[in-house]
Amino acid sequence: MILRTEKAGWATRSVPIVQDVDLEVRDGEMLGLIGPNGSGKSTLLRLLSGIRRPTSGQVLLNGEPLTGMPQRRIAQHIALVEQQSDTGDRITVRDAVELGRTPWLSALHPHSARDDTLVDKALADVDMQGFADRYWHTLSGGERQRVHIARALAQQPQVLLLDEPTNHLDIHHQLSILALVASLPVTSVVALHDLNQALECDRLAVMESGRLTCIGTPDAVLTPDRLRESFAVQGRFLTDPSDGSRILRLQRAL
Amino acid sequence: MTDTVLNSTRHPRRRGWTWLWVVPPVLLVALFAGASIGETHIPFSVIFQTLGNKLFDAGFPVDRIDMGIVWNYRISRAIVAACCGAALALSGVVLQALLRNALADPYLLGISAGASTGAVAVTVAGLGAGAVSLSTGAFCGATLAFVLVAALARAAGGGAGLHAAGVIILAGIAGSQLFNALTAFVLAKSANAEQARGIMFWLLGSLSGVRWEDVWLAVPAALLSIAVCLWHIRALDAFTFGADSAASLGISVRKVQILLIGIAALATAVMVSMVGSIGFVGLVIPHAMRFIVGTRHRVLVPASALAGAIFLIASDIISRVIIPGQVLPIGVITALVGAPAFALILLRGKVSR
Ligand SMILES: Nc1ncnc2c1ncn2[C@@H]1O[C@H](COP(=O)(O)OP(=O)(O)O)[C@@H](O)[C@H]1O
Ligand SMILES: [Mg+2]
Repeated sequence: MILRTEKAGWATRSVPIVQDVDLEVRDGEMLGLIGPNGSGKSTLLRLLSGIRRPTSGQVLLNGEPLTGMPQRRIAQHIALVEQQSDTGDRITVRDAVELGRTPWLSALHPHSARDDTLVDKALADVDMQGFADRYWHTLSGGERQRVHIARALAQQPQVLLLDEPTNHLDIHHQLSILALVASLPVTSVVALHDLNQALECDRLAVMESGRLTCIGTPDAVLTPDRLRESFAVQGRFLTDPSDGSRILRLQRAL
Repeated sequence: MTDTVLNSTRHPRRRGWTWLWVVPPVLLVALFAGASIGETHIPFSVIFQTLGNKLFDAGFPVDRIDMGIVWNYRISRAIVAACCGAALALSGVVLQALLRNALADPYLLGISAGASTGAVAVTVAGLGAGAVSLSTGAFCGATLAFVLVAALARAAGGGAGLHAAGVIILAGIAGSQLFNALTAFVLAKSANAEQARGIMFWLLGSLSGVRWEDVWLAVPAALLSIAVCLWHIRALDAFTFGADSAASLGISVRKVQILLIGIAALATAVMVSMVGSIGFVGLVIPHAMRFIVGTRHRVLVPASALAGAIFLIASDIISRVIIPGQVLPIGVITALVGAPAFALILLRGKVSR
């Protein structure tokens, strides 16, 4: 239990966007966040990352409320990869990943050889070593996403928050990013669209109209009834005869 | 060629801060040139001797008139030009980085419009009954305008994201329009042609009235803004992907925005109240420097400060010598040089945003 919310909510102009979320992220797990568009997944991730302060309830990191904690200390524990963030600046891939070292550096602790090593490692983790000197604006959407993830890894967080990280990726890199996140020794919360990919998470949390309606193992969460109610689809599990693993077959609900 | 330049600056941190040694000699040469070139040419040796006499009582035999020109006019003028250039360029760097807008310049926040209103309020409308100088009036006007713009932006703002940056820019436009209208109103109502012409000249910027008293204001303002920017190079970099991304990298976005924008506004207000609103430095120099040294603020901040200082010293020299017997407003020169330079950068397609 490193990251926890207590009745956390966020409202803008008194319109509640996320309300009454009680969530406990367990140490070392990969928690999938699923739910229809506009259900509040991105907003909840922003609350968890501390870049939005909850307007009700609270978010606790190792038992301490994020509100009132210096932004820098939060960033030493939590990294966020947002759904969309772009720049028009002429920066290289290496520059972008180096930004991840920001919370660890100061005027008295400038960028050192150790930081270089961490940046190289982060680039290698997302399979982008060869791109270090490429300019940002020459990258494809998927490559940019991998650089964002490398930047978050360079931050050396305890908790990694990813907002639809597989969105722009080809299928090979979708699978490798998820495998990478699963293999990292960090706790992660990942908003996902593909329910088959969500099956790979340790636990799933379902968001609906700003509320957390259900949390548990993929098996417990992705039941035919819930798929129909929450996602308006019919789902059935099929088994791959080659290795016995399960696939979720989805059809539009009638 | 450009690519080699960019390649060699790709990992500036590997070279550490050692390249900074170029700053003092380059700046000194520029200051000497500013003191030497003009309607009467004064050789470097005379400048050295004047400095020796004034600073160390060296007792060199120097022509009294030459010494007067160098010490009372040219040196103070060159120093103020350097300070203005550095401060305006850094204000541009800060606003472009924090507001994520390529068109942001130091006058965006209503400062120049407010300064002009303050100036006409004192000189034309007679506010302060002669006890207040034009500079003081301009500084008060600039500060008032910035405070109003900031308050409007704050009241209308939402969060710290792109939306907030847009709100600041819109509030700045509203504030500038209001204060420009007030200036025009006062001028139309009570100024004679002579006064109107004087104000127009002042608005275009001029270093003619600069004396040593101004140096004691310009130097601290410029040094403060250089120091604050250098202290925040990492924070400025962290805004590359926007304010939310900066927050997730551990930057206290609100605090940094208030401090850096406040310092940029203060330095700009000090400079404008002294020498009028010299255009194009704050817009063009940061872009030109990004083009040459890259976008990392570790290099961009010192490079922009130095380039801004040299650009204004050079523009001031040109404004003095281009038409014999007449001094052009320096703003005319900066725009005449700056606009084509900016167009060139745009056409090369290498503008940083
Ligand atoms: N700053 C905001 N102001 C107003 N509405 C917002 C804001 N942020 C999000 N919303 C609304 O809140 C809802 C949830 O948004 P979001 O968290 O992005 O959902 P998801 O990521 O699940 O698609 C959406 O309807 C969105 O329009
Ligand atoms: Mg979303």
